[in-house]
Amino acid sequence: MSIPDRVIAIIAEQAMLEPGDVTLDSTLEDLGVDSLGLVESIFAIEETFDISVPFNANEPSAGDFDISTVGAIAQGVQRLVAEQS
Amino acid sequence: MKRVVITGAGTINSLGQDVPSTLEAMREGRCGISDLEFRDVERLSIRIGGQVKGYDPEAAFTRQELALYDRFTQFAVIAARQAVAQSGIEFSEELSLRAGIVLGNSGGGMTTLDENYRSVYEDGKNRVHPFVVPKLMNNAAASHVSMAWGLRGPSFTVSTACASSNHAMAQAFQIVQCGQSPVMVTGGSESMLCFGGVKAWEGLRVMSKDACRPFSATRNGMVQGEGAGIFVFEEYEHARARGAVMLAEVIGYSMSSDASDIVMPSKQGAARTISGALRDARLAPEDVGYINAHGTGTAANDKTECAAVADVFGRHADKLMMSSTKSMHGHLIGGTGAVELLACIMAVRDGVIAPTINFEEPDPECALDVVPNEAREAHVDVALSNAFAFGGLNAVLALRRAE
Repeated sequence: MSIPDRVIAIIAEQAMLEPGDVTLDSTLEDLGVDSLGLVESIFAIEETFDISVPFNANEPSAGDFDISTVGAIAQGVQRLVAEQS
Repeated sequence: MKRVVITGAGTINSLGQDVPSTLEAMREGRCGISDLEFRDVERLSIRIGGQVKGYDPEAAFTRQELALYDRFTQFAVIAARQAVAQSGIEFSEELSLRAGIVLGNSGGGMTTLDENYRSVYEDGKNRVHPFVVPKLMNNAAASHVSMAWGLRGPSFTVSTACASSNHAMAQAFQIVQCGQSPVMVTGGSESMLCFGGVKAWEGLRVMSKDACRPFSATRNGMVQGEGAGIFVFEEYEHARARGAVMLAEVIGYSMSSDASDIVMPSKQGAARTISGALRDARLAPEDVGYINAHGTGTAANDKTECAAVADVFGRHADKLMMSSTKSMHGHLIGGTGAVELLACIMAVRDGVIAPTINFEEPDPECALDVVPNEAREAHVDVALSNAFAFGGLNAVLALRRAE
């Protein structure tokens, strides 16, 4: 599975949706993922890809990890995975 | 209904190891938050906290006591010694049968847990010290204080996360107010600053890596502290009869639950609790001059708390002062309301309002007088102390200058 597909699967599980219902354009708000759901998704992403995501719930839009859409998150993960290797 | 006054106070926290040094630090707007020092700290991403430093347990306790006292128990006993000494109270046979202790605590003996988990899981040992359980249980501190002064009245620990101390002191207040006991020892104690304790908090991603900046637009999370605050609550006539010095009068409280979210605060819940405390203490909003805020420095708490205060106080919200001393001593979780009550005593007794330090930039969502960066002199008759815990459990206390 590609990185974006795995990110979609993680977020879909949080949102209690089928992966097919989650697109790269979806926002977390669209999907009904609240702040706790977001923190849990970030944790699942870190565990899945063995990366550290710079994310502070107090300033979710700060830092260079964009969470505005599922696609933005997937891109951020791709970058972190690339940096890792 | 009896009147209840505070006749003794004690503390140990990152600002000072007694009340005078703590209040001096608050007056000077000093920061007690520094680099954490304990084993495995390099494996944490959060490495600052309001840690009690320069403290020597062996100077305060015997070897036998230390075998039974987790750090949170040590803090509680040290603060209780100061509070009882200041009150000058003698626990006679008759009084000691009625007097007890109600203590706030959230985590129990976290250091004991951490050290012993490490020993069995990481070091592979199959034997632990026989006192692990009596050391880690979160009523241990209350029990050791009760034993130290032979307090045989109602005694227990209240655990409501960040509101534990306020709930505990509200219970002690009730016990004295209704005449069950003329004297109660109360307050809170906490020590979660160990690898496992901070690691758990890291997971929630609400901690700041650099500073606690309540109400500032630049705030980026809470910073943990540790320590204890202990008070002697005494029935007014009982205190007067023995000529005790009254530090302040406790005049009311309110407790409530948001019943909505396990971590997100609620404006309605906070507002309901603050107005409940005003009602219980028979106060008009204009009577309140100072609020010691819950003020954790998280994005969510601070704006919610300010909105609740604005709702309850209306136009008076712009006149009262509200500061968060967590900016200086950090968030003591189950002990926090007790240390923060010291700032309320300083406000009504000394006319000094502790500041919110690290304030850099106003946040339009926190548009109240948060006493930024420098303490202020002001005449205050009544102060409130807010606590709004994870789990949506709230408790607010009201204090008045002693007459």
